[in-house]
Amino acid sequence: MTVTSPADLTIHEAVMLLDEGTLSSVALTEAVLERILTSDNDVRAYLTLMPEAALEQAAQADTLRNALRTSGASLPLLGIPLALKDNLSTRGVPTSCGSRILEDYVPPFDATVVQRLKRAGAVLLGKTNLDEFAMGSSTENSAFFPTHNPWHMDCVPGGSSGGSAAAVAAGEALAALGSDTGGSVRQPAAFCGLVGLRPTYGRCSRYGLVAFASSLDQVGPIARDVNDAALLLSVIAGHDAQDSTSLPDAPLDMATALCGHDLRGLRVGVLVDHEGVGVQPAVKRAVLAAVDTLADLGAEMVDVQLPHSEFALAVYYLIAPAEASANLARFDGLRYGYRAAADTLEELYNRTRGEGFGAEVKRRLMLGTYALRAGYYEATYIKAQQARTLIRQDFEAAFAHVDVIVGPTSPVTAFRLGERLADPLQMYLADIFTLPQALAGLPALSLPCGFDEEGLPVGLQLTAPALEETRLLHVAHAYEQATAWHTRRPNLTCSN
Amino acid sequence: MLLTREEVTQIAALARLALTDTEITLFQKQLTAILDYTALLQKLETGAVPPTATVLPLHTVLREDVPGACLRQDETLFNAPQTQAGYFLVPPIMVKE
Repeated sequence: MTVTSPADLTIHEAVMLLDEGTLSSVALTEAVLERILTSDNDVRAYLTLMPEAALEQAAQADTLRNALRTSGASLPLLGIPLALKDNLSTRGVPTSCGSRILEDYVPPFDATVVQRLKRAGAVLLGKTNLDEFAMGSSTENSAFFPTHNPWHMDCVPGGSSGGSAAAVAAGEALAALGSDTGGSVRQPAAFCGLVGLRPTYGRCSRYGLVAFASSLDQVGPIARDVNDAALLLSVIAGHDAQDSTSLPDAPLDMATALCGHDLRGLRVGVLVDHEGVGVQPAVKRAVLAAVDTLADLGAEMVDVQLPHSEFALAVYYLIAPAEASANLARFDGLRYGYRAAADTLEELYNRTRGEGFGAEVKRRLMLGTYALRAGYYEATYIKAQQARTLIRQDFEAAFAHVDVIVGPTSPVTAFRLGERLADPLQMYLADIFTLPQALAGLPALSLPCGFDEEGLPVGLQLTAPALEETRLLHVAHAYEQATAWHTRRPNLTCSN
Repeated sequence: MLLTREEVTQIAALARLALTDTEITLFQKQLTAILDYTALLQKLETGAVPPTATVLPLHTVLREDVPGACLRQDETLFNAPQTQAGYFLVPPIMVKE
């Protein structure tokens, strides 16, 4: 389609126009705010909007750009309007995590990734909806309201970073940050026809990301193309002394990542099916066609197996809730957040948490508490950690023979709102392809590779060895250059 | 294997969650279904496999013990549900007999 509003530009297109002087950040930000005004009543991507602050930042960015022009210096995201998932702490701006228990919570500090976006000159539009504490795959577990998929308003945008993905797909932000614990950046990106990147565990600081499962959580970008995802990654990545699980700085070569269409010499492992999981025929077709495209670009296809990935779901749903049950113990109604009326401390804890948390969070806290119970710990939690080792070893063995692994991001395209709420296990099964990478700490990326019969986007997932984001982006970019899926935008038919 | 109501109540007590009767009934079914599914891990032979707690090659991370910037009292108390004289106010922890 032809771009009719600056709100539909990619970051790199907008940067070009801003540098030329044919677009101002104020005009760009106004266009995005205008889109939010017309679309977000239906999409409902945002929990908090900061239009005045955003326009002020945009005006400052325009002034700064003029000043920098004479000196030849530049900031990578200067004047670019972005959105943040509402589990990233923002100084002076509510950070609810989609939960009643933090409904009125206003952090006194910025997450490191937020600081880095600000330092890079970004304009921050607001905070986006999510499944409560990032627990979910549809954004229906938000305590406030569900978000709709801009490609089909009756469908979920995926989750848990569904608000971020829906905002970017609808032109309500040029790009956004999400967080990925078991697929929460990649799956909504797939459902909304976007690029979503989960970085290597430890590549990006978790400081100020409200913790869900600390050994799995990573912040990642959701963007309209690979170039934009790479740009955002380069801004938010890097060691942070505030996060003891942050890795030392590792190379990230954007010039190499975004050059060339030639994949000769690249060995690609293909994994399309999964034991016991029905992959939707349209998803399978699109992924296999993408594999052909990679072969046309010169890549060599190699058989790989990840024999223990059939255990990934069971492992994840013991380890992540166990970590969550420890992390969410801090929400006790004493120092911040919701407090229920109670006469005793014990009653205060129980009622605050019973009333403040939604059903999915309670379910997982119970599951985690069960797994960590004295006497059951060895058979459940330790067993899951041992299986996690086997899953990691599968990847090590596979990457001895291949450079990247490709497959579907999700076995299905976006499903209908309400369709999977009654059966949590069915909902969890939608994450089957994104869990193994999270458990192994590997970087993985989802990008658009086609559409189903209903016009819903299909995501292709690429996985690389730890810290090989450059390779991941290179393959994704080459594929993107050979296809046009990423240029499509949803037809927003709004009710007002 | 169906969790009993007593087990669900006991887990909820450990997790500090006040549940309604309806929630107990619902979680009894749902947790049983999820735990039955995770039981497939028992098929795995994991005898000598070391557990993975973190994927990182890092171990204990140390830093210089120097004081950094910290929050002011008003920033610290800003989100508190109840305060009194610059303190967090909570229900009594110990009660005189």
